[in-house]
Amino acid sequence: MTAATELMDIALKIAFATLALGQLLSMVRLLIGPSPGDRILALDTMVVNALGLVILLGVYQGVQIYFEVSLLIAMLGFVSTVALARFLLRGDIIE
Amino acid sequence: MSLFILVALPFLGALLPGLMNSAGRSATAGVTFTVSLTAFVGLLTNLPTILEGEVVMARVDWMPLMGLNFTLMLDGLGFFFALLILGIGLLIIAYARHYLGRDDNMGQFFTYLLLFQGAMVGIVLSDNILLLIIFWELTSLSSFLLIGYWKHLPEGRQGARMALAVTAMGGLAMIAGMLILGQIVGSYDLSEILQHRDLIQADPLYVPALVLILLGCFTKSAQFPFHFWLPHAMAAPTPVSAYLHSATMVKAGIFLMARMWPVLSGTPEWFVIVTSAGLTTMVLGAVIALFKHDLKALLAFSTVSHLGLITMLLGTGTAFGAMAAVFHILNHATFKAALFMSAGIVDHAAHTRDIRRLGGLSRLMPVTFLIATLAALSMAGIPLLNGFLSKEMMLEESGRTVLFGTPWLVPALATFGSLFSAAYSFRLIGHVFLGPKRDDYPATPHDPGAGLWLPPAILVALVVLIGVAPFVVEPFVKLVTASLLGAAGVVPEAHIKIWHGLVPALFLSLIAVFGGLILLSVFKPALRLWDSTPRPEAKAIYDAIVAAAEGLARAIILPLHNGAFTRYAAIGAVTIFAAGYHAWITGTLDAPTRTMQPAGAVPIAGWLMLLGATAGMVLLHRNRLLSLILIGIVGLMVSIGFVFFSAPDLAMTQFTVEVVTIILMLLALNFLPNRTPVESSVLRRVRDAGIAVAGGVATFGLSYHFMLRDAVSTPISEFHLANSYKGGGGTNVVNVILVDFRGFDTYGEIIVLGIAALLIYALTETLLRGPVRARLLNRKPDQPRAGDTHPMMMVVLTRVLLPIVLMVGFYIFLRGHNDPGGGFIAGLIVSIAVVMQYMASGFGWTSARLRYPYHGVIGAGVLTAGLTGIGSWFVGKPFLTSDFTYVRIPPFKEFELATAMLFDLGVFLAVVGAVMLSLESFSRLARLASEVDDDHPMDIDPSREEDDADGLTSTARAGV
Repeated sequence: MTAATELMDIALKIAFATLALGQLLSMVRLLIGPSPGDRILALDTMVVNALGLVILLGVYQGVQIYFEVSLLIAMLGFVSTVALARFLLRGDIIE
Repeated sequence: MSLFILVALPFLGALLPGLMNSAGRSATAGVTFTVSLTAFVGLLTNLPTILEGEVVMARVDWMPLMGLNFTLMLDGLGFFFALLILGIGLLIIAYARHYLGRDDNMGQFFTYLLLFQGAMVGIVLSDNILLLIIFWELTSLSSFLLIGYWKHLPEGRQGARMALAVTAMGGLAMIAGMLILGQIVGSYDLSEILQHRDLIQADPLYVPALVLILLGCFTKSAQFPFHFWLPHAMAAPTPVSAYLHSATMVKAGIFLMARMWPVLSGTPEWFVIVTSAGLTTMVLGAVIALFKHDLKALLAFSTVSHLGLITMLLGTGTAFGAMAAVFHILNHATFKAALFMSAGIVDHAAHTRDIRRLGGLSRLMPVTFLIATLAALSMAGIPLLNGFLSKEMMLEESGRTVLFGTPWLVPALATFGSLFSAAYSFRLIGHVFLGPKRDDYPATPHDPGAGLWLPPAILVALVVLIGVAPFVVEPFVKLVTASLLGAAGVVPEAHIKIWHGLVPALFLSLIAVFGGLILLSVFKPALRLWDSTPRPEAKAIYDAIVAAAEGLARAIILPLHNGAFTRYAAIGAVTIFAAGYHAWITGTLDAPTRTMQPAGAVPIAGWLMLLGATAGMVLLHRNRLLSLILIGIVGLMVSIGFVFFSAPDLAMTQFTVEVVTIILMLLALNFLPNRTPVESSVLRRVRDAGIAVAGGVATFGLSYHFMLRDAVSTPISEFHLANSYKGGGGTNVVNVILVDFRGFDTYGEIIVLGIAALLIYALTETLLRGPVRARLLNRKPDQPRAGDTHPMMMVVLTRVLLPIVLMVGFYIFLRGHNDPGGGFIAGLIVSIAVVMQYMASGFGWTSARLRYPYHGVIGAGVLTAGLTGIGSWFVGKPFLTSDFTYVRIPPFKEFELATAMLFDLGVFLAVVGAVMLSLESFSRLARLASEVDDDHPMDIDPSREEDDADGLTSTARAGV
C-alpha cells in the first residue's frame, strides 16, 4: 500500500467517523428539541451530513453513480426544510 | 355480410344515437333504424346459404390458450333467433320513436337498445360457449339499463335491480356449468360440443352441469321459481317490455336450451327438471295473469306462462316437441310483441293501464282494437290465427308425455293452463275494448298516429298470415327444427295444418277455449276468491332474501372492514404472523448457507439513528409536526441505506417521494390539530403494541433467515439480468422491468395513480362546495403568523434553481433506460421543482403561469403510454412490445432510441400530473381560508417601487 492511498484511507475513516458522529448528535438535538425550530434545523443538518456520507461512500467504493444521488439530495434536500419552516411561520406552506 | 360485422354493427352503431341526440328525435331514431336495418339486411344475405342447410362460420383466435375463441356460427336456429331479434327490433325502434316523450333522452335509450341488440345477436351467433357467456352477461347489463331507463321511477330502479340480480346470478351458475361442459368435451366450441352427446351424458358431471346451465336458462327465461322478476321489469317503457320481454331477452334462456338440446336433452334428469319447471310456470303464470289488473302485468304473467309452455315442449325431448317449441317461439314473439305495443298505445291514449278503469275502447280506438283483438285471440288459441296452431301442437305433444308415471297429468295441466290462457286473453279483449263506453277515462282515448299502430299491425298481419296459411312458414320451421335437433333427432314428417281431423288435441283445445269463456263469465266471484286466498308475495320473499344476504354480509364484513386502518393492519399482521408461525413450527430449517458480513461503524451509526427515530416516533407521535420530522429522518436514513446497499434508483426514488410526502402532509396538517388526541384505552394500546412487536419480530426473523440462505428456487432477477439488454435494450434492469418486462403493470399503475389524483381533486372540490366552505371562510389561524409571506430570498433562490432542477430531471429521464433514473424519478423531481415555485412565489403567481391543467397532463401521460403500447399492434406484435434502435445525429455520439422511452414519457407525465394535482387540490382548501391571494411573487420588490400606489398596497399588505 503506497503512502498516498494509506493517507486517503485514514482521511476517509476520519471523515466517516466525524460525519456519523455529527449525525448522531443531530439526532440527539432532534429528539430533545426543545423548540420545533431546533428540530427542523437538526433535520436540515442531518440532510447535509447524509449528503456528505453519500459522497464519502462514493469516494470509498469508487462508484460515480452515488454522486447523482448526492446531487439530488443537495438540490432538493432543502425543500422539506423550507416547507417545515414555512409551516411553522405561516401555517400554510403554499399561499 | 360477414358474421363479425353483423355482431359488431349494433355495438358500433350504439355510438351514433348518443352523438345524434342533439340533431332531433327523428334523426336519432332514424340512425338507429338504419343501423338495425343494415344488420337485418346483412343477416338476410346469409339466407340462401342457410336455406341450403349449410352453416356459416367465422373464426378468430382470441385467447386460444384459454379456449376462448371469437368463433361465430350461423345455422338455422341462430338465423331464426337473429331474425326475430333484428326484425322485431326494427319495429320496436319505429314504435319507440313515437312512444317516448319529449322529456325522455332518446339518444340514451337507443344507445342502450342497440347495445342490447348487439349482445342478443352475439348470443345467438356465438359458436364458443365462453364467448356466449360474455354476450349473455352483456344482455343482463344492457337490459338493466333499459329496464331502469326511467330513472325517476322507484319501481323502474327496483325492477332493474331485481332483474339484474336474478339473471346475473343465473349467469354465474351458467358459467360454472359451461366450464364443466367444456372440461368434459375438452373444447369450448359449440360445434365441437354438439357432436359429443354420448360422452357428455355418460359423464358423472353431467347432472351438475345440466343443473347449473338450466339455472342460467331458467332465470333468464323467467321459469318458476325465478319467474317473479319479469313482471317487476314491466316498469320499463313499453317498447322495452315489448322487445325484451316478448321477443328477445327472455327467449335467450329458451334459445340456450334449444342450442344445447342435442347434447343435454333426452335424459330422465332433463325431462323431469325441464318439463316440470315449464309446466308449473305455464299454469302458475296463466292463473296469476288472469287476476292482474295492470294491462302490462297481465301480459307479463302471460309471457311467463308461454315461456313455460315452450320450456315444457323442449323438456319432452322429442323431435315433435322441439318443432312445436320452435313454432311457438315464432308465434309468441309475433302476437305478444303486438299485444305489448297495443298496451302501450292504450296507456298512451287513456293514461292508464288499469283494466278496471278501461272498457268500451272498441269504438274510440278501432284500429288498436282490431290489432289487440287479433293478437289476443291468437294468444287464446282461436283457429285461423297462429297461436291456435302451435297450441294445438303443444296439446298433442302433451298427450304423449308421461310425467311421474301419470299419463293424464301433463295433458290435464296443459289444458288447465290453456284454459286460463284463453280466459285472460278474452278478459283483455272484453274488459278493455268491449263493454259500454265510459266517461271517466283519465284522458280521452283515441287512435294514435301510424307510427304507433303500424309496427304492431305488421306483426298482426304475420299472425293472420301464419294462421291462415301455415304451409308458408312450415319449411322454415322445419329447417330451424333440423338445426336444433342436429344429429340427435329427425325432423318429424307431420305437417302444420289447421284441420287435423277429430283428434284429442282438438277436444282439449275446445275445452280450453270454452272453459275460458265460462271462467270469464264468472270472473267477479273468481276474483273475490282469488283475493281472499293467501299466497306468497314474490317481491317480499325476494326482498327478505336480499336483506338476509345483506345482513349476513354485514355480519361477516363489518368486523373485518370497519373503515379503521388500525383494524386492517391488525388483522393483516395477526393473520400473516399466524400463518408464518404455523409454517415455522411445522416446517424444517436448513442450515445457513451464507456467512454474516461484518458491520462497520458507519452502518451501525445509521442503524442507531433509525432506531432512535423510530423510538422517538413511538414516544412523541402525538406531536404531529414532530412526528413528521421524525418520518423525514427515517426516510433519509432509508435512502442512505439504499445507497449503501448499492441501489441508487431506490435511493433517488425514496428521497424524492419523502420530500413530496412531507409537503403533502404539511398541507393537510394546516387544517388539523397539532396534537393527536388519545382515543383508545390503555388496554387497547397494549394489545396493539403486542401485535406490532410480534409483527416486527417475525419480520426480523424472516429477513434474518433468508439473508443467511440462498433462495429455494432460482430468483426471477437472473432472467431479468440476462434479458434486460437483449430484450429491452437497456442496461438499467430496474427501468427495463418497469417499462418493458412488466410494462403492463406499470401502465395499470399510472392509471390508478391518475385516478387517485383525480379523486383527490373531486373530493376537495365537493368539500369546497359544501358546508366546509363556510367554515373555511370564517377560519382564523390558530397561531400568530409571521409577516413575510413570500421572502425575496426564497423567490430568487427557487427561481434560479428551477431551470437547473428541470435540467437534472431531463437528464435523469433520458438516462433512465441504461443508468439509474427514469420517468418516475424524473416526474417526482420536476414536481418538486414546480412545488418550490408554489411555496416561494405563491399560488396565484404560479397558477397564472401554468399553461396546461394537471388533469390534462395526467391524461396525456396515460394516453402516451397507451398509444405506445398500441403502436406495437401495427407491426403485428402484442400490446406493449418494445423495440429499440441506434441512431446518430452528428455531431453527437451514437445513441439509442427505444419505444420504451416513449412509454417512460407517459409515466413521467402521469406522475407529474398526479403529484401536482393532489398537492394543488390540498392547497385549494387553504385558498378559501387565507385572506389574500397575492399575484405578486415577492412582498418587497424593488422593481415595483416605481409604481407608487401598487408598491404601497403590497408593502402594506405584507404587514397584514
